[in-house]
Amino acid sequence: MSTLIESPPAPATPGSVLDQPAPAPEGLPEWFTARRTAAWQRFQDLPLPERTNEKWRFSRIKEASLEGFTHAAEPASLADPHAEHVLDKAVARLAFHNGHLVSADLPENQSGLTVMPLEQALRECPDLIEAHFMKSETPLGSEKFAALHEANALSGVFIHAAKGTAPEDPVEIVHYFSGCQGAHFPHTLVVGEDNAEVTVIEHFVSLDEESAFVIGVSDLAADGAARVRHAMLQRLSTSSKAILINTTSAGRDADAKSLLLNLGGAWVRTESVSHVTGTGANVNLLSASIPGTGQEFDQRTYQIHKAQHTTSDLLYKNALFDKARTIFSGLIIVDDGAHHTDAYQTCRNLLMSDHGEAHSLPGLEIKADQVKCSHGSTTAQIDPDTLLYLKARGIHDKTARKLITYGFIEEVVERFGHEAAGRLLDRFIEEKFKALGA
Amino acid sequence: MSTLSIHNLHASIEGQSILKGLDLEVPKGEVHAIMGPNGSGKSTLAKILAGNEDYEVTEGDVLMDGENLLEMEVDERSRAGLFLAFQYPNEIPGVSNANFLRAALQARQPDGAELDAVAFYKQMYARMDELDMDRKFTARAVNEGFSGGEKKRNEILQLMMLEPKYAVLDETDSGLDIDALKVVARGVNSMRSPERGFLVITHYQRLLEYIVPDKVHVMIDGRIRRSGGRELALELEEKGYDWAREELAGAGA
Repeated sequence: MSTLIESPPAPATPGSVLDQPAPAPEGLPEWFTARRTAAWQRFQDLPLPERTNEKWRFSRIKEASLEGFTHAAEPASLADPHAEHVLDKAVARLAFHNGHLVSADLPENQSGLTVMPLEQALRECPDLIEAHFMKSETPLGSEKFAALHEANALSGVFIHAAKGTAPEDPVEIVHYFSGCQGAHFPHTLVVGEDNAEVTVIEHFVSLDEESAFVIGVSDLAADGAARVRHAMLQRLSTSSKAILINTTSAGRDADAKSLLLNLGGAWVRTESVSHVTGTGANVNLLSASIPGTGQEFDQRTYQIHKAQHTTSDLLYKNALFDKARTIFSGLIIVDDGAHHTDAYQTCRNLLMSDHGEAHSLPGLEIKADQVKCSHGSTTAQIDPDTLLYLKARGIHDKTARKLITYGFIEEVVERFGHEAAGRLLDRFIEEKFKALGA
Repeated sequence: MSTLSIHNLHASIEGQSILKGLDLEVPKGEVHAIMGPNGSGKSTLAKILAGNEDYEVTEGDVLMDGENLLEMEVDERSRAGLFLAFQYPNEIPGVSNANFLRAALQARQPDGAELDAVAFYKQMYARMDELDMDRKFTARAVNEGFSGGEKKRNEILQLMMLEPKYAVLDETDSGLDIDALKVVARGVNSMRSPERGFLVITHYQRLLEYIVPDKVHVMIDGRIRRSGGRELALELEEKGYDWAREELAGAGA
């Protein structure tokens, strides 16, 4: 795939991301440019996270350094979405390469559904963006990186499903990355108004083996009884790094679901914050990670319940091959008055070797009554009895282990409950197993 | 040569001796039942035949159609034609019944050959119909959330799909109500053939009313103490295992 890039382009000034933010084009709303300026200041003022910080416990913290990373150059030739990379059917599909829009298949006659590049949305519906753009704090440790993102974000997608809109197929976004030491700031904002129903499938894909640093933010907002689903399929090169910050907010009777498939990257930190704000709201948080040697996936989550009769259910699964490392740190917070909350948090680690390292830090903080909460984490190798059962049916050892591991991950895919997306996820999972020699 | 033949088998777990010189011969075309009280070593025998490595075989041998079974890996034994219906079938989260069976049948294909998916589904559906199994079980994860009866039916479905030379049923009747028992027995009976031997391990005579054995063996303290026709099962039922223990222990020494 590296043939897509003929030669490294010669950008005017490949400035370090630490020196200055990416220049903003003319004609953007004033509030937006002011936010960028303020965010840049914040980025400079905030200290780098330190090892002693509980929110960074166990993390390979030096990986968070942006030293040497420059604003990603515009590639000499742009990649097109590859049929093998995407869903068979999407209601809209936008593809970017190093932040540059390369293709846009947008819905015709899809009244109520708005899908447009962020920059265009800033010009055409600035008020809608302003109402949602990075409104929540970043409480899980990456506030400095969130500030850097805010100071640079321009590339990305705004998706808005107006009241009652329910497109049959998902909206699909592909972010391709290439080139050496490029920093990228993709942004996704999904808003589902009352009773709307929308699914968004997003891909982060490296086109070469170079190291990229992706600092991405995806914010989902589900209003009254809306159903919003978002899946992030992370397939960066194994030398890349990423900090992915996701905020999900669910209003009255809303149903929000997010999934992260974590396959690539040398070091990937994910921060997921859910605000369950409306009575009757339900949030599902899913993650499937399959790291191998040299990969560390650092996962931090908050499930914050702010209203009565709300539910949230988190399921993170990590299948660790060889010398992989994962960290899961999750906290359920049930605010004062959020009575009758049901909140669950489960992290399961499957160690495929004796050398993997899985850290789990589950937690609960309850300030309300009549609450059902549970949190649990398990770390185990393949159950020998289960393995024996498969082998007793004649299945070879290697195939049996692969089937068990696949099944372990598959529970996450099934819970997402989208058949076409599920098929795509299964294919990427299969590819990753193959790459790991499973 | 067309027998599963067990000779002077001794086995132990964690230093504790369980099988103490067991002899048994199951020819193809016959159904043999092993009955015995709890702790007599019945299930241990089943597990050793399947290749469970928790047990150590200290003496004796097992030949399947002349091949040394004990030298084979668990999966090799299955492909060579041995089937164990587990007493407590395992759950395999995230792996559908259909994918599981496909993998088992694929493992029996010659190198590079792909299983015929259409024929596979056709056969699976036909077998499921015979077992009154709903089609939804094809997509469900193996044994996950299945009732006791559903798990046992699923074992018999696997038996029917894999068509082994010898099938060992380890207390397949435990936990089954009479209707489920009849269905399971129907499945087993449909598989009886001159080309296949069965070893049915059970604690209760009831199962043998539906799967009528050619021979019944009584196992006590790690050895077969008496063998006979199906009337032996009735005698055991009537007189109880305490009688058997007093009467038969030492008899076969």
